[in-house]
Amino acid sequence: MQREQTPLRRIAADFARSKLALAGLGMLALILLVALFAPLVSPQNPYDLAQLDVLDARLPPGSRSESGLTFWLGSDGQGRDILSGIFYGLRISLTVGVASTLCAVIIGLAVGLAAAYFGGRTDGVIMRLVDIQLSFPSILIALVLLALLGQGIGKTIFALIMVQWAYYARTVRGTALIERKKAYIEAAICLALPPARIVFRHLLPNCLPPLFVIATVQVAAAIALEATLSYLGIGVPITEPSLGLLIKNGFDYMLSGKYWISFFPGVALLLTIVSINLVADQLRDVLNPRLQK
Amino acid sequence: MAAFIIRRLLQSVLVLGFMSLLVFVGVYAIGNPVDILISPQADQADMARAIAALGLDQPLWQQYLIFLKQALSGDLGRSFAYSIPAIQLILERIPATLELALTATGIAVLLGIPLGLWAGLAPDSWPGKLIMTGSILGFSLPTFWVGLMLIMLFAVELGWLPSGGRGPTTELFGIPVSFLSWEGIRHLILPAVNLALFKLALIIRLARAGTREALLQDYVKFARAKGLSEARVVCVHVAKNIMIPIVTVIGLEFGSVIAFAVVTESIFAWPGMGKLLIDSINVLDRPVIVAYLMVIVSLFILINLAVDIIYSLLDPRVRIGEAKT
Repeated sequence: MQREQTPLRRIAADFARSKLALAGLGMLALILLVALFAPLVSPQNPYDLAQLDVLDARLPPGSRSESGLTFWLGSDGQGRDILSGIFYGLRISLTVGVASTLCAVIIGLAVGLAAAYFGGRTDGVIMRLVDIQLSFPSILIALVLLALLGQGIGKTIFALIMVQWAYYARTVRGTALIERKKAYIEAAICLALPPARIVFRHLLPNCLPPLFVIATVQVAAAIALEATLSYLGIGVPITEPSLGLLIKNGFDYMLSGKYWISFFPGVALLLTIVSINLVADQLRDVLNPRLQK
Repeated sequence: MAAFIIRRLLQSVLVLGFMSLLVFVGVYAIGNPVDILISPQADQADMARAIAALGLDQPLWQQYLIFLKQALSGDLGRSFAYSIPAIQLILERIPATLELALTATGIAVLLGIPLGLWAGLAPDSWPGKLIMTGSILGFSLPTFWVGLMLIMLFAVELGWLPSGGRGPTTELFGIPVSFLSWEGIRHLILPAVNLALFKLALIIRLARAGTREALLQDYVKFARAKGLSEARVVCVHVAKNIMIPIVTVIGLEFGSVIAFAVVTESIFAWPGMGKLLIDSINVLDRPVIVAYLMVIVSLFILINLAVDIIYSLLDPRVRIGEAKT
C-alpha cells in the first residue's frame, strides 16, 4: 500500500479491477459523448423536414437514399435515418433519466435528513408516507400521474421524481440514523456547533456513498421506465421522441417484417441500461466498506 | 389481533381517501372538469344541464363530497367512447387481466423454483451460471422490449404463435376464459411468458439463495447422514424450507404483476383493463381513466391489506412489533 493514496485514487484503482465494469464505463462514456454531440455526429438532422424524403421511407439497413446518404441502420416511415434518430433520442432519454434522478436525490436527501434529525413525530409521518408509497409499484404511480397530467417531457420528469424520491428518503434516513450515533457527531454536538453545520458538514457527506450507488442504479431504472411510458404513448410527446417512442413508432412496421425501425433503438436502449448497471454494480462493491480489506 | 386488523383497515381507508383526493384534484383542479366529464359533442343547453347535475357550480369542497358519494355508490361517470357506465366497462375487462396475471405467476413459479433449486445445488456448474446470467437479464431488460422481441421471433419470423389479441374464449361459470381451448392457449402463451419474465428472475434468485442457505443447515446434513436419497433430501427437506420466502413474495408481487399487465396488454393487444386504460388515454375518454384509477387503487389496497393480515397470522412478531410502536 502506498501512503500518499487519496481516497479518489483508491476508488479508481478498485474500480479498474473489474474488466467488465471498465467495458461498461467505456460504453457509457461513448453513449454520453454521442448524445452530447448528436448534431455533429448524426448523418442527418432527423427533425429538419427539408432533409427528409418520403421516397426514402422504410429502407432496410445499409441502403442508399435519394440524396446519396447511406442509412446504416435503415430508415423509418418518414424516411428518417434510424441512426440519427437514435442519437437524438438518446439525448432525451438520458436527460429525462438523469434530471429526474438528480431532483429526486435532492428531495430524498432533504426529507431523509429531516426525518433522521428531528425524529419523533416528523419522522413517523414522513416514514409512513414513504412506506405507503413504496407499497405501490413504481409503474403504477407513474401511470396514475401521467394519466392525470397528460404527455410532456416536464411532466414525465415530474412523474419519475415522484416515483423515486421515497427510495432515497428511506436510504438517507437509515444511514443518517446510524451515523448520528457515532462519536464524531457527538463530538460536534459537544463543541456546540450550530445544528445546520452539523447536518450539512458532518452528517450529509457521510450519507452520500450509499445514496450514490442507489442513484446510479436508479438512473438506469428511470430510463427504462421512461421508455416504457413513452412506448405506451403517455410519456414524452411525439415532437421530441425518446428511444421508447422510436420503438413504438416502429412497432406496426415490425408486424410486416420491417424489424429495424424498432429493433435498433431497442438495442441502443439496452446498451445504455446494461452499461449503467455494470458501472453501478462495481461502484457498489468499491464504495461498500464492508467488502474491503 | 382484532386491534391490528382494525388499525390496518383504518389505514387502508385513509390511503383510499387520499388517492381519491389526488384523482379528484387531478381531474377537477388541474384540468377543466367540463371538458373531462362532459362529452365534447354536447351542445350549450346539454352542457348547462350537465354542469348543474354534476354540481360543478358548487364550491370545490362540496364537489369533492359529491364525487366521493357517487364513487361510493359505484357511479364514476359514463364512457364517451362506449356510452356505458365506466365502472361496468372496467369490471368486464377484469377477468382477462386476472387470467393473464395468474398464468404469468404460474409460469414464474413452475419454472422459477426448479431452476433456482438447480442453480443453488450447483452454483459453479455452467447450467448454474447460465441460469443466474439469465435472471440478471430478466431483471434489467425492459419488459416491453422483450415483448417486442418475442413477437418478432415467434409471430413474425417463425409464425408459430399469434402476435396479439385474445382469440376465441370459452365460458367457465359465465366468465370468458382462454385456457380451455387450444386456440385460446396459443394466444395466451406469449403475453403470459412476457409478463412472467421479471417475476421468474426474482423467484430464481430467491430459490437459489434459499437453497444455498438450506444446504448448510443441520437438518440437511442429518437427512444425508441418515442415508436418505439425494432426491428426497432436495425435494422434501430443501424445497419445503425455501417455500416460505417465495410464498410471501408471490403474494406481495401479485399487485405489481397486475400493474405491469398494462404494458404487456398494450403490446399484445390483450383486451384487459390495462389496455383499456391506455386506449382511453389516447382517445381522452376521461371517465374511464378516473374509474380505472379508482378500481386499481382499491384493488391494490385490498391486496396489501390481505397480505398484511395473512402475514401477521403467520408471523406473530409482526403484530407484536406493531403494537409496541
